Amino acid sequence: MTVVGTNVARKEGLGKATGEARYADDLQFDGMLYGRTVRSTIARGRITAMSLPFDHAGFTVVDHRDIPGENCIALIERDQPCLAVREVRHVAEPVVLLAHENREALLAATVQIEYASEEPVYDPALSTKTFKQILLEKGDLAAGFARADLVVEGTYHTGHQEHVYIETNGVIAVPEDGGLTLYGSLQCPFYVLKALKVLLGSAVPQVRVVQTETGGGFGGKEEYPSMIAAHACLLALKAGRPVKIIYDRVEDMLATTKRHPSIVRHRTGLRRDGTIVAMEVDVLMDGGAYCTLSPVVLSRGVIHAAGPYLCGDTRIAGRVVMTNTPPNGAFRGFGAPQTQFAMEVHMERIAESLDIDPVRLRLRNALRAGDTTATGQTLGADTSAVAVLREAVRRSDFRRKRATYRGTNRGIGLSLFYHGSGFTGSGEVALASRAALETTPSGVRILVANTEIGQGTRTMLAQIVADALAVRYDSVEVAQPDTSRVPDSGPTVASRTCMVVGGLLERCAKAMRAELGDASPAEHHARHGPLRIEKEYDAPAGRHWNDDTYRGDAYATFGWGCDVVEIELDAVTHEARVHKLTAVQEFGRPIHPALARGQIEGGSAQGLGWALLERVVMHDGAMANAQLTNYIIPTTLDTPVMDVVMLENPYPGGPFGAKGLGELPIDGPAPAVVNALRHAGLDVRAIPATPEALLSCARLAAVDDHAAA
Amino acid sequence: MQFTLNGAAVELTVPPMKRLLDVLREECSLTGTKEGCGEGECGACTVLLDGAPVVSCLVPVAQVEGHEVTTIEGLGGDHPLQHAFLQEVGAQCGICTPGMIMAALSLGPKPSLAQMRSALAGNLCRCTGYEAIYRAIRAAGTATRAVTRPPNAGRAP
Repeated sequence: MTVVGTNVARKEGLGKATGEARYADDLQFDGMLYGRTVRSTIARGRITAMSLPFDHAGFTVVDHRDIPGENCIALIERDQPCLAVREVRHVAEPVVLLAHENREALLAATVQIEYASEEPVYDPALSTKTFKQILLEKGDLAAGFARADLVVEGTYHTGHQEHVYIETNGVIAVPEDGGLTLYGSLQCPFYVLKALKVLLGSAVPQVRVVQTETGGGFGGKEEYPSMIAAHACLLALKAGRPVKIIYDRVEDMLATTKRHPSIVRHRTGLRRDGTIVAMEVDVLMDGGAYCTLSPVVLSRGVIHAAGPYLCGDTRIAGRVVMTNTPPNGAFRGFGAPQTQFAMEVHMERIAESLDIDPVRLRLRNALRAGDTTATGQTLGADTSAVAVLREAVRRSDFRRKRATYRGTNRGIGLSLFYHGSGFTGSGEVALASRAALETTPSGVRILVANTEIGQGTRTMLAQIVADALAVRYDSVEVAQPDTSRVPDSGPTVASRTCMVVGGLLERCAKAMRAELGDASPAEHHARHGPLRIEKEYDAPAGRHWNDDTYRGDAYATFGWGCDVVEIELDAVTHEARVHKLTAVQEFGRPIHPALARGQIEGGSAQGLGWALLERVVMHDGAMANAQLTNYIIPTTLDTPVMDVVMLENPYPGGPFGAKGLGELPIDGPAPAVVNALRHAGLDVRAIPATPEALLSCARLAAVDDHAAA
Repeated sequence: MQFTLNGAAVELTVPPMKRLLDVLREECSLTGTKEGCGEGECGACTVLLDGAPVVSCLVPVAQVEGHEVTTIEGLGGDHPLQHAFLQEVGAQCGICTPGMIMAALSLGPKPSLAQMRSALAGNLCRCTGYEAIYRAIRAAGTATRAVTRPPNAGRAP
């Protein structure tokens, strides 16, 4: 019996519903100390003096001089110190670490740091330091504009977004077996391992990273866990005892990464009939104080900036710059939600300018099979922009409601979007990820570094292996990600786990089946001992990418989506309440439809929060509302009814036709919300569209749609 | 001090202002109750106090002296809601799930969408968008909800 495409029982079993699942803070070790991070309180300057006026008995104290290797959190660059030496670039920068077995004593200890302050930079437009600049060009922009009947311009802003995984960042570093083992809530065990090796150098020959049950990530546990892991390891190394660091909510919100704020400027040349002939886009992102993953966030943002459209002659310039705010980093969507927000609101304004129906405008320009994207990638048969758009319009009764709501306090808007599956450009080739399968006395075991963080990794990968190996789902187990046991199958990011790592496992399973003949894995194991098959990533034939020119096949394939949002404006409170969201999305084929639906519903809710509720208030370079009392994420009362449709259009290069899914759903809700607000008469160009923002928002003249397309 | 925990009498020597959440996790080794915010906003630490849901991060342990506390562990592992949360993927990352289930216990047998939204408005979930949680509660349906005591809003401390 095949299991791909069915809702099999989750591999986690009942543990998450009984309280038995063990998260980082649920683990205890003998002799364990608690760790604390003392952080900077200014946004920019130099540390001039420091004193630790408390009784040091029972304390372990660590500063930058205790780092045996290189004082940095190694990622793309090595610019971010693990502990500040003299220079401070943002509020909440780590300076000193303390550990004690008693948490009250730990929290009572005071550390006094004196600074010589310098003038901080908060406005990305005024920054003089650029982390990464990208220019993407197609055709002749001037010639394109020369053919245009009309030019539409606009500038669009998006704000920070905090991940608010309900489990805050937390790790435990344990001295054992002559080295250190790091247990933690994290997405990418090998990122942490790489950072720890640079930090600890030859002083700690054996380092091992083990993922504990993880209470949500959304990108927020992609790169930041390397920092908290580094701190716990330094304390454990000095104390010779296990050290646990669990951030409370305030510290987590104040100090860890957020979604990059963006300013995107569009200038678009159009024919009278709505055909886009020229597109000029300028993308500016606020990277915060250190580089982190900003270059690749910008890269995905720039590539997605033209939206799912034939863009004519194109020039997209992107820049991510330094400001004196805590570093921004990975967040579900990774730059694409920002740029597609701008594109989709801009499309609505183009429709208004040309007096064209917004659906017809999108149909005229939507990418179809055989078309080429802004990077020159020719799209395959698994291109579904038109299909998702038509289905969402039909399903939501868009045209009738568009007419009915006009002139009322209600509005309906849509967004069309796409999302590249897997790493950008040559990323997967450079990564060269590996996955393995091994026989066990009762079946097979999957060995990958990809983490279960709620999305269903274990279950979905086991389904792929079960069907590819023709064995029972129950006979497939999944090893806990532990860098001493599993190969480096790459990070759990970029909507890559199912398509890329699932694809590797499918190849492992087929190779194993060839070796087994007719025997079951358990029978073979009993007769011949363990059999282990490992496969490395192999780029699809004919895929090319040039990192210098930004030309070529940016992604293996794309998922496609169309969201329709219905809102109602409260005339008294100026709140925009979302009544219904219709999400039609195509991501190849769902391996586990219930889990896939959960990704769409959860990602959509997160997108609605970003659009309407979630405002990071920055005062003097620090998040002023770093608590859940006044950083508002959607509750049950803020989240609308969702009608989710999963269209199938199998991708031949993915396991059982699957593409990536995790990020696609967050690209659509925000522009659909703002386009619904436009329909209700509000000229919104920035999110979050909080009641305060809507109160002062300009009013639009009545939008008069053409009746039909 | 003494109170009833998951149906059994317990006697502890703890500072009276210690958070019930910490007493449960550290003194009683019941780590199924989670901390998400420490300020009563997220509901991850929801337990029942005399049958009514409370956020245990805002309850000093002195307040439960002589009362009955039920945690997720008190449901055993066979409650219809627990199975339904797994089956319907009402639990993704699972960190909000124990609190969500404890809050859902106060709902009647066939709750409306409005009743579910109201009862769960103090429990944040960042993974699901809540839809799968509603499906789970509906799927658990009219099955017997075995709690130590029936919900009794009139006996909040």
